Amino acid sequence: MKTMICIVCPVGCHLSVDDSMVVHGNRCKRGEVYAIKELQYPTRMLTTTVRTTSREIPLLSVKTSDPIHKSKLFEVMKELKTFVANVPVACGDILIHNILDTEIDIVATRTIEK
Amino acid sequence: MKTDICVIGGGAGGLAAALSSNDDGVSVLLVEREGHLGGILNQCIHNGFGLEVFKEELTGPEYAERFIKEFEAKKIPHLLNTTVIDIRKTKDFLIDVSNEANGLFTIEAKAVILATGCYERTRGGISIPGDRPRGVMPAGSAQRYLNIDGHLVGKNIFILGSGDIGLIMARRMTLEGAHVHGVAEIMPYSNGLTRNIVQCLHDFDIPLYLSHTVTDIKGKDILESVTIQEVDSEFHPIGGTEKTFEVDALLLSVGLLPDVHMFESIPFEKSQETKSAVVNQFCETSIEGLFVCGNALHVHDLVDWVTKESQKAGHFAKQFVKNPVRGKSNLKPVETGGFVRVVVPQKIDFGQMENPFELSFRVSKKMEEGILRIEQNGKTVREKRYKHLAPAEMESIRIDPSFLSGDHPIRLIVEEVVK
Repeated sequence: MKTMICIVCPVGCHLSVDDSMVVHGNRCKRGEVYAIKELQYPTRMLTTTVRTTSREIPLLSVKTSDPIHKSKLFEVMKELKTFVANVPVACGDILIHNILDTEIDIVATRTIEK
Repeated sequence: MKTDICVIGGGAGGLAAALSSNDDGVSVLLVEREGHLGGILNQCIHNGFGLEVFKEELTGPEYAERFIKEFEAKKIPHLLNTTVIDIRKTKDFLIDVSNEANGLFTIEAKAVILATGCYERTRGGISIPGDRPRGVMPAGSAQRYLNIDGHLVGKNIFILGSGDIGLIMARRMTLEGAHVHGVAEIMPYSNGLTRNIVQCLHDFDIPLYLSHTVTDIKGKDILESVTIQEVDSEFHPIGGTEKTFEVDALLLSVGLLPDVHMFESIPFEKSQETKSAVVNQFCETSIEGLFVCGNALHVHDLVDWVTKESQKAGHFAKQFVKNPVRGKSNLKPVETGGFVRVVVPQKIDFGQMENPFELSFRVSKKMEEGILRIEQNGKTVREKRYKHLAPAEMESIRIDPSFLSGDHPIRLIVEEVVK
């Protein structure tokens, strides 16, 4: 039996999943989907910053193109420590393709013109 | 410098207000004290913004950029790096501003929209005893140092207050390599969104101490340790429950207050509950032509609601400039009862009651199920059931003039449904 709190909506149901993967405690269908995914392949969006070549704006905010596996968060952070984004850069630009073979890209979330 | 409408603040609220008040026949000038538009959104690099306005989940800078692009495309005049010093009202508004290029000068405007956001309650605001070392700061300041300037304010962190900013910073500092020792919350429940408790604390095994507060701070020059204690139901610390953490930074996430203090020279009626202006359903203060919106009016849970409210404020300011002569006003306060703690707008002008409007409210008690009743003259005119109500979550209800009876004051009551 595994327990967790549902994060799909603000109600925050306390869920439990038994050994035959049946979800209990959910008040709607979305909680069931969340609970199974959270057990099988838990993912999170990662948002952070990277350094830039801009004189005015030293940091560029970035995100993962899709949620990545929870266990990869710190490895990706480490990888981004040494990365420097060249300006100009536009919001939505892909800065790193397929980071650490996760099939996920690192995307700029802000435009820096100079 | 002359303009029809002067918008003060270039964050989410100001951008939305300027965009909706901008019109062929109406001139708008936006004043922003920072060097960039976007306000606080630029440092809120996490995602979760825009679900209501854009139906997708954006980061703060992405959300800001959508409005900045539109604002720039419309070539709306604006002044950056410019601070408002004072606002006076003669016939029109006189706004004294200052910037490095031009020094002190005055803007004349027919209407003013305050979209100045909010500020964080500091250590002084909650009176924590102990030493006064460096390293004790509001969580949003630490967020700015980290996300805009690139400085991590400490390696060992404790956080007081489980509001969303505190939770978001717990995760952010952890990802950047700091050790977050814990989060203390004086209430028996968190004021943050449940999803943030899970994603920001549980994911990184950061303990949350409910019914705890910081009761001592030690450090000669830099912070060396904080002590927390459990509190009883009256919030008094309980002896013998002390826990001490050796940390070099204490982040405070203990509340946000609308930032309208610098406008004290203009005497609009204020609300004790919101710490901002009393407004009518048009976001207009007791001073004709002075509008307030966004977090400067009341602190919103979602930026999407800041945008929506500010769009309306901009629209109403435009209407005011186009048609300054209005019907006789008939202002009635919105009364509250039951578990309603605060309501905005605080007054309704029954003299201008053509269109539906929204009442935003917060409750004083966490409820599994609640019922909201709108009363007039002792009679219920509307009822709405809520599955989940909490003090940290703002709710709103749309009021349609067609179901109101005459100009009897509106009373908003929330009661708990106990099963």
